[in-house]
Amino acid sequence: MANLREGTSKLGVLGPEFRGVRVAGGYNFELFWQAFKDSIAKFDPRVQIRNPVMFVVWVGSLVTLALTVAPNLFGPSSASRLYNGVVTIILVLTVWLANYAEALAEGRGKAKAATLRQTRAHLSGVRVDEDGRRETVPASDLRRGDLVHVEKGDTIPADGEVVDGVAYVNESAITGESAPVLKEPGTDIFSSVTAGTTVISDWLRIRVSVNPGETFLDHMIRLVESAKRQKTPNEIALTVVLSVLTLIFLIVVASIAPVAAYLNANINVADLVALLVALIPTTIGALLSAIGIAGIDRTMRFNVLATSGKAVEAAGDVQTLILDKTGTITMGERKATDFLPVAGQTQSALVEAAFLASYFDTTPEGRSVVAYSLSHGAEPVPGLDAAKGLDFSAETRMSGSDLPDGRIIRKGAVSAVVQAAREAFRREPPPDLQVIADKVAKEGATPLAVSIDGQILGIVVLSDVLKPGIPERMQELRKMGVRTVMVTGDNPLTAFSIAAQAGVDDFVAEVKPEQKLRLVQREQSEGRLVAMTGDGTNDAPALAQADVGLAMHSGTMPAKEAANLIDLDSDPTKLTDLVAIGRQMLTTRGALTTFSIANDVAKYFAIIPAMFIGALPGLAALNVMHLATPQSAILSALIFNALIIPLLIPLALRGVRFRAQSAETLFYRNLWIYGVGGLITPFIGIKLIDLLISPFA
Amino acid sequence: MSVQFWLQIILTLLLVVLLSIPVGRFMARVFTNQKTTWDGFFDPIDNFIYRLIGRSATSQAMDWRTYTIHMLVTNLMMAIIIFLVLSFQNFLPLNQLKFPGVDALLAFNTTVSFVTNTNWQAYGGETTLSNFSQMAAITFPMFTSATTGFVVAMAWIRAFTIRDGSSNLGNFYRDFIRFITRVLIPVCFVVALFMVLQGAVQTFDASVSAHPIQGGGDQTIVVGPVASQGTIELLGTNGGGFYNVNAAHPFQNPTPLTNVVLMVLMALLPASIIITFGDMIGNRRQAWILYGVLGTLMILFMLTCVIPEQQGTPILANAGIDTHYSLTQPGGNMEGKEVRFGISGSALFAAITTAFTTGAINSAHDSYTPLAGVTMLGQMMLQCVFGGKGVGFLNALIYGLIAVFIAGLMVGRTPEFLGKKIEKQEIILVSLALLIHPLVILAPTGWSILAPYALSSLGNNGIHGYSEILYAFSSSAANNGSAFAGLNANTPWFNLATAAVILIGRYPPIIFLMAVAGSIARKPITPATTATLRTDTLAFGFFWFATILIVGALTFFPALVLGPIAEQAAMRGGLVF
Repeated sequence: MANLREGTSKLGVLGPEFRGVRVAGGYNFELFWQAFKDSIAKFDPRVQIRNPVMFVVWVGSLVTLALTVAPNLFGPSSASRLYNGVVTIILVLTVWLANYAEALAEGRGKAKAATLRQTRAHLSGVRVDEDGRRETVPASDLRRGDLVHVEKGDTIPADGEVVDGVAYVNESAITGESAPVLKEPGTDIFSSVTAGTTVISDWLRIRVSVNPGETFLDHMIRLVESAKRQKTPNEIALTVVLSVLTLIFLIVVASIAPVAAYLNANINVADLVALLVALIPTTIGALLSAIGIAGIDRTMRFNVLATSGKAVEAAGDVQTLILDKTGTITMGERKATDFLPVAGQTQSALVEAAFLASYFDTTPEGRSVVAYSLSHGAEPVPGLDAAKGLDFSAETRMSGSDLPDGRIIRKGAVSAVVQAAREAFRREPPPDLQVIADKVAKEGATPLAVSIDGQILGIVVLSDVLKPGIPERMQELRKMGVRTVMVTGDNPLTAFSIAAQAGVDDFVAEVKPEQKLRLVQREQSEGRLVAMTGDGTNDAPALAQADVGLAMHSGTMPAKEAANLIDLDSDPTKLTDLVAIGRQMLTTRGALTTFSIANDVAKYFAIIPAMFIGALPGLAALNVMHLATPQSAILSALIFNALIIPLLIPLALRGVRFRAQSAETLFYRNLWIYGVGGLITPFIGIKLIDLLISPFA
Repeated sequence: MSVQFWLQIILTLLLVVLLSIPVGRFMARVFTNQKTTWDGFFDPIDNFIYRLIGRSATSQAMDWRTYTIHMLVTNLMMAIIIFLVLSFQNFLPLNQLKFPGVDALLAFNTTVSFVTNTNWQAYGGETTLSNFSQMAAITFPMFTSATTGFVVAMAWIRAFTIRDGSSNLGNFYRDFIRFITRVLIPVCFVVALFMVLQGAVQTFDASVSAHPIQGGGDQTIVVGPVASQGTIELLGTNGGGFYNVNAAHPFQNPTPLTNVVLMVLMALLPASIIITFGDMIGNRRQAWILYGVLGTLMILFMLTCVIPEQQGTPILANAGIDTHYSLTQPGGNMEGKEVRFGISGSALFAAITTAFTTGAINSAHDSYTPLAGVTMLGQMMLQCVFGGKGVGFLNALIYGLIAVFIAGLMVGRTPEFLGKKIEKQEIILVSLALLIHPLVILAPTGWSILAPYALSSLGNNGIHGYSEILYAFSSSAANNGSAFAGLNANTPWFNLATAAVILIGRYPPIIFLMAVAGSIARKPITPATTATLRTDTLAFGFFWFATILIVGALTFFPALVLGPIAEQAAMRGGLVF
């Protein structure tokens, strides 16, 4: 838990140095054991039928099991009980490994859901009625509109808006981020609180905004319980391809039986089942759902909550990213960035005056002037604390200090300082002051004039600064083929200057909040998939319209409801990571599909000659791997088929390596590794297994 | 192998490539309603036909459903006409040889076969059909069936060029008429005259009497409108011959020169359509990549056919017979081949006729070496090594879309082809289309191989008997129509079974693909970015090639192993069938 630092500005969220250790990480033994138990339960045919490829293997194992009991079930056969039994064991093992991969992928989500559930179960709150009477009730009794009182140490029982009080809240139970967040009434963003988070200072009074079962916590529990998750569109399409391939192989294998009968070749049904299982794409079939679950899990580890796998998949397809300038690209606070003395004044005099003028200024702008001037050589003068501070106000538009030595120092809007100089000291402003001020304003920055006893020394430049790392992020997005568009309410000049610094591809200036929706629609009408980030209530329609809407967890409830991805860290630049995760998920599926299909070539060369060697001795020429016996050949192919699944589980869960590179490079790389590799690997693998098992055959 | 051997092969293929470029470009202009040099001549003809059909029918915009329904109904109408002509040819004119009406089952089989561009012939042409039947029931559907396949492909390509989300795939009748009047008839007219010049017959007479110099009495030789039919037969990748021996007959294919012309004719339009495709989508590079993919496949298959034929069988060599080429003998395997074509002229013809699923033959495919059988069967099983008119192109695109899907996933994007997203709907339809072909080949083959009424048709036992049945159904399913011979196909079982296979192999895939077109048309064209996988690159071409070969091989490998490959192994062991 982070300590609270004294004297941080009232509105500020604590800096990055306070970020705690994320609640994420690797697997533990518990997880493996749970996955084992779950994998056994998945032998249920009602579960199996959802995966057509593995269902065929499952049915195949029943057939060979029957043949183990009664080898001559389908007519006289040369296959022994032992052989049929071994085939059965390998098939069951194959199904189990597929189950296990899925269970393992689900494990982490389940564990997280269990923790969240526990949090929810213990929620209770103090309800305050109209007369001010307090009553402790379980969270399930709280309704929309109820007023709740929470104090230091309490867990907030329901989602709501702060109506009174100021307090720090630890949201780590939801976000995994232990840096406390200040909550107070009356702001769009910092007023909303989430059930399950803990108050760590002072107190809050909260107006409950949702009914039980609709809280963000409930929402989250539903999402992380991947068991009920919907298949993503591409996953469905791939399942169709795999099912059709399975069906084709079913026809192929079934058509072998009559030909064999015609040729008087006595082939075993167990061999036909083995051939079928070896041919159908079991590798990808076994890992397909694990890949999808792991993809969503990965977004969770990036602290992003996906409302569906579809959203993650869509993130990979994003072509245009619409970013709010304020809070996304820039810090959203004006900070001192430059000192511009007027003619005849020195920089150091200006810096010192700016420092003295801002010494008592508690606004973020004032603090930034103090910090910036200190770093540029300003020094506190003795007896400064005895000076009289003048707070900034909307009427005076100035702040300043009246020093004990009688000097009157002012800093503020140029016109205000000029006017004050004229009125109080009858001094005219320096001739070049307005020119400098206009130039600063044109660039989108704010000029503040600084004066000592009416003598204007120069201008302090306040400007909105980029968040760290923004140009790099934008560069990365461009490499990924995502066009970035910055929207801002600023005038075009300001917008241009920020856009150029940030390195976005395009910007739209003077945008009113409601125009964001139209902007999203315009991009979509040109055929592009649009992602948007936002946090305000008025962003909600645009977030809902965008193909990928990323809401900040710090944002308002409407925004979060409209979005399909919620960033619990409230770091909008994470979209690059999401794009990467979305693409990685698809890449992994594509790569393993290619691998799986390419594998079949070697399996044919292992099994077909083995099956027909009796009737057609000439086919021995096809036994290119020189496998020892027909039995060892078929078993080797089957064992390879089963063992490749656990070997690829880590890859399925981790995803294939993804870098921001062009599609061509990526395609070439994966084609070599998974295509050509998939052709060659089984030849080696099957041969090695054959060498190992042939002594026992 | 001699220089002439390779020269004939290389020149023929070169001629196809060179001709396909201008023809493809011309067809693209015709089907995108751009001006061409010949408009002044053809427009009045077309307009006259449009008026006959009705202005509203020939000017309406058609979505995929309307287009498909008009195509199907037109096909059905033609089928009824053909069936009636065949069944009642004894009441119709030009039946000088007094052939009876064709038996109902055979007429059904023939109708189905010809209306679908298959031209599987369970009958002997000159001994069954009158000249009127030859023209009205055989030559007529040779034009229309080729056109049907072609216009479907045109409508399909258009779907990828639609940017505004409209569903208009063009007008079936306009496409249908323009292809016949502007492409098929002009080419046929010129080439048929050339064929006559070379010695092919063209007459309304039914027969001539010949006086053989060695005596033994007069010989009656059947003649008829052979040159006209023999041209569209190949240009339209139809393959049904006037004579039972098809293009081996000297009255249809008299000289080695006409043999080359016929081979070029077969390959011309299926190759040109790739060029047309590139021009219509505005991406010639994409077309050349596809051309390269299919061309490479074809060359590989062709070599698997011509080289073993020239090498002959080891059995003859072992028996001390010289099977090498020399100035006095062709060498290799000459069994079942015409001397005037030789081995390269025959084997190349066999490779081309199965590649382009024409089905015309100039030699007995049954007598080829087993590996050549792999080429013939393999090309019909893939049915996209250029393939038949229009449908071959569509089959290549089925594999292409599957390749796009998997490759698209591999780069982490929802797959796109030509800017259109390939999603669940398209993948389901494409997969179904992919499933049909193995189903209609392997299932009836498996059934027939155990059924006594089917086995009684076999001319050979053992593995070769299996190959014959496999060939029959592969040929039917691919709408090829060539026969391995050795199989008596005019039995109730084979007439019905092959007709069913032909119908299922033809129309459902077309309907599925038209549905894909309908769904593609509505999609916006996504602008390409660096994250878009380009499909017009060598890398993707390679992947497309591998997808066709591997998915195709995985599907048909066991069937080929048990047939021709086992025969090859047996032949090395000294056993032939």
